[in-house]
Amino acid sequence: MKLKLATVALGAVMAAAPAMADLVVPNLSYRTGPYGANGTQYADGFNDYFTLLNERDGGIGGEKVRTPECETAYNTEKGVECYEATKGDGALVYNPLSTGITYQLIPKVSVDQKVLYTPGYGRTSAKNGKVFEWIFNAPANYWDGASVAIKYLLDQNGGDLNGKKIALVYHNSAYGKEPIRTLQDLSAKHGFTLTELPVDPPGQEQKSQWLQIRRDKPDYVIMWGWGVMNQAAIQEAANIRFPMENFIGVWWSGSEVDVLPVGAAAHGYKSLTFNGVGTDYPLYDDMQKYVVEPGKASQGGQFVGSSLYSRGMYAAVVIAEAIRKAQELAGTAQITAPQLRDGFEALDITPERLAEIGLPDFGPEIKMSCDNHGGSGMARLQQWDAEAKKWSLITEFTAPDQEVLDPLIVEDSEAYAKEAGISPRC
Amino acid sequence: MFYREAGDFKTSYRDDGQTFPIRLDRWGYYAVLAVAFLVVPFVIDSYWANAVLVPFLIYAIAAIGLNILTGYAGQVSLGTGGFMAVGAYAVYKLMTAFPGVPIVIHIVLAGAITAVVGMLFGLPSLRIKGFYLAVATLAAQFFLVWLFNKVPWFYNYSASGQINAPERTILGWAVTGPATSASAKYLVCLVFAVVLAWVARNLTRGSVGRKWMAIRDMDIAAEIIGVNPLTAKLSAFAVSSFFVGIAGALLFAVYLGAAEASEAFGINKSFLILFMVIIGGLGSIFGSFAGAAFLVLLPVLLKNVLVAQFGWPTDLAAHIELMIVGALIVFFLIVEPHGLARLWALTKEKLRLWPFPH
Repeated sequence: MKLKLATVALGAVMAAAPAMADLVVPNLSYRTGPYGANGTQYADGFNDYFTLLNERDGGIGGEKVRTPECETAYNTEKGVECYEATKGDGALVYNPLSTGITYQLIPKVSVDQKVLYTPGYGRTSAKNGKVFEWIFNAPANYWDGASVAIKYLLDQNGGDLNGKKIALVYHNSAYGKEPIRTLQDLSAKHGFTLTELPVDPPGQEQKSQWLQIRRDKPDYVIMWGWGVMNQAAIQEAANIRFPMENFIGVWWSGSEVDVLPVGAAAHGYKSLTFNGVGTDYPLYDDMQKYVVEPGKASQGGQFVGSSLYSRGMYAAVVIAEAIRKAQELAGTAQITAPQLRDGFEALDITPERLAEIGLPDFGPEIKMSCDNHGGSGMARLQQWDAEAKKWSLITEFTAPDQEVLDPLIVEDSEAYAKEAGISPRC
Repeated sequence: MFYREAGDFKTSYRDDGQTFPIRLDRWGYYAVLAVAFLVVPFVIDSYWANAVLVPFLIYAIAAIGLNILTGYAGQVSLGTGGFMAVGAYAVYKLMTAFPGVPIVIHIVLAGAITAVVGMLFGLPSLRIKGFYLAVATLAAQFFLVWLFNKVPWFYNYSASGQINAPERTILGWAVTGPATSASAKYLVCLVFAVVLAWVARNLTRGSVGRKWMAIRDMDIAAEIIGVNPLTAKLSAFAVSSFFVGIAGALLFAVYLGAAEASEAFGINKSFLILFMVIIGGLGSIFGSFAGAAFLVLLPVLLKNVLVAQFGWPTDLAAHIELMIVGALIVFFLIVEPHGLARLWALTKEKLRLWPFPH
């Protein structure tokens, strides 16, 4: 029976292999499982931007972009399967939208020479391009996020957090644990006390954590959540009447699906973000004309302009710009993954360039180099308006506290280099 | 007609007691082994290794392990995921602490450590049975995963709690780490699967296995005829956990390369392996392989057919895939409650008489 299955599967795979052509950017997405509600919007935005480029400009530099999609369900084993299934197809860059899958892929892409672009997630110390040659995590990483959140709280308190209590509610996984080290260092620097409250994934059950918050009465709660955990946490915060304006989520805890189920009680909830939201950008005119109206939008374009859709689109914008840069450097339209890596390292998305694309002030300036794969790390805050049912940006882009972050990044990436036997480049 | 045993005479007890008494079966077995060892390693590519064969072999090892405990010794366990985590973290600690020692020794040692842990959590089985034991092993599942998340020593104090397998070689061939070739991965898992299946088969048909089955069928009667329940149950837990631990070590070190306890070894994994055992057939080594094949290969096959062949959207395909697998599980269990192994045995019976049934 084993043999029979194997033959059938072999036939299916062989018949399925499409012809090599175009620029291939696989979309390892998830539209099912406890994180599906979030993953599906991101994947739509990612697909739609490339569809727009194909429809409006005929691709990038005359080459069409193909985004074969593969469902990972946020599961690392399926992620590996998807990576193996797509990598032989001329894939240039991966964006798996999962820190767990990213950790799996970091060693693999380094051997297979594929670019791994993990905007706002993944391994923070991958910012150090000397060690992580193939990984890019601009515009911001988790430690940037933690630092920007604390900076915002400093601003709110006149620059002094001494004696304040801050609780971190986090997804008990590699993703949620990432900011702890930074927050610990920041708490030592600024004198606030940090309480760590892990929530076991997927995170529907958080009664005990919020009971503890009600007892401890922290001044602020910071959340590193994803998927169904976000709405559960915001609901629990509303249940214990925790003041929403003192509750700050990371950018992955700041989408419409997280706050809408809680209704009016979610009013005032804040989250970090590194991209704009809403459809008030000139690009959306083209999006409407070339993608949504002709019916070419991913899933019919029902999420256009949402927070996660915008972030998926932003990831596609950065990848498209890197491809453009790589084509420029290589002098050929049909680039390879190593050429794309050079394109990423030479990437410079200025505010002017963003305006040219039709997304003025949509994201921070991104400038990368051989040793800096993480950009500036700037992020801003948005706040939920439950009556208007929309996010509004409440701060400008803020730079993180690199004085604290840089030594941490060097330490962590050097530990990895030692473990994996990598000698630093650049 | 095609499947016959006429003229296949046994002249010694040894011949009669062998695992494959029918010549055709024996040839089939040798042929499968020959293909698996001599042909597949030369044609395998990384997709086939990483998405199909390596997970299949690893889950087959885990399913054999659980089958020893649940199928042969009758002790229901929901702690398989936790025990796999023990194997994974044990091999990680060993391979980072003693980089010079061959990885195969580390994997076997990881199995041994898991066996000790398994015996510890098997102690309640001396007092409680059935559903109550299932709950006690469920506690093991949650405790172990919590432990590996909570104590930083287990993940060498890394910032994210992830463990990463560094590169280790056997005779100069990388078998863990990113540079591992597809055939090396496959061969390591294949050797472990074949050797462990052979060990399991010979344990279960010897006196140890007979004691397990006696305990399973009626523990009081077994005790009266002289089976010591303490040694029988604890040895079942030890051997089972040894297998499961090796599966966990291979899953982490060879297959995934990086893991975190709650994601890779959660309660879902325990259920997955329990389903493999139930669908494959309780108390059957072949059933463990069949169950693992059913639950590992079928989703991959369906995904390739639905998405690549029919061009369906990935989310629709993922949902349909769950429905098809679920419906097939229900179908198989209605048609043959004793699992795929029994179905296979019945097919063989029928083929022996075909085309002239009684």
